[in-house]
Amino acid sequence: MSAVTTQPDVSSQAIAHARWRAGEVAFWIAVLACGFLFPSRYLIMTDIVRLGLFALSLDLILGYAGIVSLGHAAFFGVGAYCAGLLALHGIITEPVIALVAAGLAAMVLGFLTSFLVIRGVDLTRLMVTLGIALLLEALAERFSDITGGTDGLQGIEIAPILGRFEFDMFGRTGFFYALAVTFLLFLLARRIVHSPFGLSLRAIKNNPLRAAAIGIPVNRRLVAVYTLAAFYAGIAGALFTQTTALASLDVFSFERSADLLLVLIIGGTGYLYGGLIGAVIFRMLQEVFSTLTPQYWQFWIGLVLVVIVLIGRQRLHRWVLWAPNLLIAQFGGRREAVAVPESDAP
Amino acid sequence: MTVALETTGLEKHFGGLRVTRDLSLRIAQGARHALIGPNGAGKTTVINLLTGVLKPDAGRILLEGRDITDLPVHRRVLRGLSRTFQINQLYADLTPLETIGLAVSERLGRGGDWWRGMGTRGDVNAEIADNLSRFHLLDVMNQPTATLAYGKQRLLEIAVAIACKPRVLLLDEPAAGVPENERRDILSAVASLPRDVTVLLIEHDMDLVFSFADRISVLVNGGLLVEGAPQDVARDPQVKAVYLGEAADA
Repeated sequence: MSAVTTQPDVSSQAIAHARWRAGEVAFWIAVLACGFLFPSRYLIMTDIVRLGLFALSLDLILGYAGIVSLGHAAFFGVGAYCAGLLALHGIITEPVIALVAAGLAAMVLGFLTSFLVIRGVDLTRLMVTLGIALLLEALAERFSDITGGTDGLQGIEIAPILGRFEFDMFGRTGFFYALAVTFLLFLLARRIVHSPFGLSLRAIKNNPLRAAAIGIPVNRRLVAVYTLAAFYAGIAGALFTQTTALASLDVFSFERSADLLLVLIIGGTGYLYGGLIGAVIFRMLQEVFSTLTPQYWQFWIGLVLVVIVLIGRQRLHRWVLWAPNLLIAQFGGRREAVAVPESDAP
Repeated sequence: MTVALETTGLEKHFGGLRVTRDLSLRIAQGARHALIGPNGAGKTTVINLLTGVLKPDAGRILLEGRDITDLPVHRRVLRGLSRTFQINQLYADLTPLETIGLAVSERLGRGGDWWRGMGTRGDVNAEIADNLSRFHLLDVMNQPTATLAYGKQRLLEIAVAIACKPRVLLLDEPAAGVPENERRDILSAVASLPRDVTVLLIEHDMDLVFSFADRISVLVNGGLLVEGAPQDVARDPQVKAVYLGEAADA
């Protein structure tokens, strides 16, 4: 009897998680607004958007599936070089198609290496991912006739997007292009994490033993999400090349992978916005600290990290969100996004 | 009799230690079968062999006549062999709604669906609602599992296993650590399973075993000592000596 009456309840409750929240809409409007408010800052903003997309890619495997990586730059680098070579040799001149091709190249590498990564525990994964990135960096250096070696690819020229929008010297086109690509990929990621597939990743991260015990093919799911994340990272790398007309060995660098982990730790994992917010904060901190103390900015970044880890991100979030939540309660006439369940309320 | 689950000559060694010795079990379809034995008899190893967590060194495992010895854990589940854990193995961050939803989605072959959102399929939702109401979990279905009371978590542990619609259900000490007044919920849920579902109960609590089982296998030192109806097993002198005698001393 209860099954019939409660069924709509279950369905609406299950869908509720995937519904767009006011804060999310506000976030994207704010990001878009930046494109019009700060016309002199396109280059740094493009850099932030790219970094955000790259971090989103890491969030998919780390925040959802619990796979740690210290070599995510491997896919970034493959995407970057791929986009650069395609443009340089005029193989695919149209940027959007080249972007997808570069993403697919990174995806193939992600699929092939996923079998090495999913085996073993966190420490093994750190070492394997790190090793693969170093390996690629060395290969890129060795085959300098293709990659340009330490000089990088010289003389890349990027054709107009869709044959219409030319890249300008202020980086305006580049910014909106990077933003559009990132937004589309964000939408896709958002769709995926709210699907049964996405939920099964969280189950695997929580308890792989039980995940297998309810019929989840754990390894296959991990391969799938690792491959997907590689595609995202490859796109981020291709965006880098297309918006800067550069591709050099440092796309594979360890610092790039390590910075990425910092970005995600600052922004928080497992809710998709962590990478984007982390990218903004990370670059702004970098900017602020490097103007204040050009030599010691890394010291301050380090200090911020320690504080975040010690205080705990949840507590920080609560402090930061205290004012907005108050406003929502006042003007929206409803309670904050994270409400106390009825039965728990005193 | 139709055999639901069968092992032949199952062996497992950990180094020089033989934890499972030439174990041949036949569990009839629809049986309420209990596997008992003193501590260290190798009961947990048997469960791990049956579910595929461990690979046997020798012997075969057959589920409803089909060999599943080489299948990985998740494929055995899809074939209809599901289990509960002695110590809760749940998803701390996920809600009961999500936990049950996953189990149902996987069984209906929707688990790999990455485009449609959770909660958009009527058949899945109906089963989730039915399962949650059967286990009195509707009121807490949106709370993260980690925040639930222990009794509720225990119910969820059993609910997940049953959401897999098992043909054979392995219950590993289902009432372990559950307060007396909440045991009833768990036992009645197990008792209300369809009669054609086969249940293998691994249990320490003799009251529970003798009230539940219609057949008992006694495991000692990794091998089968005695198997029979409850009254025969209780009367068996060997069992009294190695098992019940020991329990009486403790």
